[in-house]
Amino acid sequence: MALDRRAVVAELLRDAADTPGGELLVVTGLGSSTYDAGAAGDRDLNFYLWGAMGGAAMIGLGMALAQPARRVLVLTGDGEMLMGLGSLATIAALKPANLSIAVLDNGQFGETGQQRSHTALGADLAAIAAGCGWATTCEVRDMAGVAALRPRLRGEAMFAVVHIAGGEVPRHLPPRDGAHLAHRFRDRLGIVD
Amino acid sequence: MDRTTWQPAVYAALKAARITQIGYVPDAGHAHLIEAAHADPEMAAIVLTTEEEGIALAAGAWLGGQRAALLMQSSGVGNCINMLSLPINCRMPFFTIVTMRGEWSEFNPWQVPMGSATEAVLKAAGVHVRRADHAEEVVELVAASARLAFDSCIPVAVLLSQRLIGAKVWVK
Repeated sequence: MALDRRAVVAELLRDAADTPGGELLVVTGLGSSTYDAGAAGDRDLNFYLWGAMGGAAMIGLGMALAQPARRVLVLTGDGEMLMGLGSLATIAALKPANLSIAVLDNGQFGETGQQRSHTALGADLAAIAAGCGWATTCEVRDMAGVAALRPRLRGEAMFAVVHIAGGEVPRHLPPRDGAHLAHRFRDRLGIVD
Repeated sequence: MDRTTWQPAVYAALKAARITQIGYVPDAGHAHLIEAAHADPEMAAIVLTTEEEGIALAAGAWLGGQRAALLMQSSGVGNCINMLSLPINCRMPFFTIVTMRGEWSEFNPWQVPMGSATEAVLKAAGVHVRRADHAEEVVELVAASARLAFDSCIPVAVLLSQRLIGAKVWVK
């Protein structure tokens, strides 16, 4: 049975404090990934994108370089990742040890009416990441795999594709004021300047 | 003051502004800064596939408590427009140094449309723009503009004119 995206994200983000180096830092891509993370429980160290499509992975890179003792997880969808494919090469060139990316792949642009995306038309994101130089990639298709993926995302530098069911789920809308999201994130990390 | 003097001084100004991440899409006019960044163990030098990656990089750096700068040429400004909504919405600093093409003794006509539009496009997207035309003003302009960006938490672009950089020589 195809994976329910909310169940996948709830599992991947649960017990965020149970992360080497301290509470997990999370960046979510525009659209459903942002709603999924909000539905799993809003927290100061979730940075949600409500725009800036294609930017999630690179935000994760800047964050991972700035916080080398922390773990950073970029959680995004196939459409958002496809718009930022070049960032997979940029990140692989640096190989930060504390950054992982998990793509929720339903082969659809869910936000705009479930039009088929490139991953439904032959593009293989895990192969693309491997081709860019990511040493560790994986694909997950069941909840046992998701449960096994959770600690790996917090301990390795990996690119994971989680194949989820298509179709819409009810929207869950976390905070969307960018200044608020940025300030609370930095405040939680104790950054003053 | 010639290029061999002001280019190292510009790098020193970036260091003084506590910038520790430099994302770049190469340009001959930025060659010194790129080499200096790679040679500096305290600087992360990040080659980008496209310029808007540098805006997202800078946002992540800021969220994590560091400061980043983006080096690009004027043609890259056109790639950045939507991503500029990120620092503007999030009231984050953003600092970029843009080397200009298509405006002074340009050989390649393909550089002219974006070069002509660079300043207007940046301003339309909400970026504060400063421009250096003379070697004597570059270092102070970069230092002041970096302070403006990081202290006032706004996006700021410094344009280095093609006259200042020197037009690319195509036929030697």
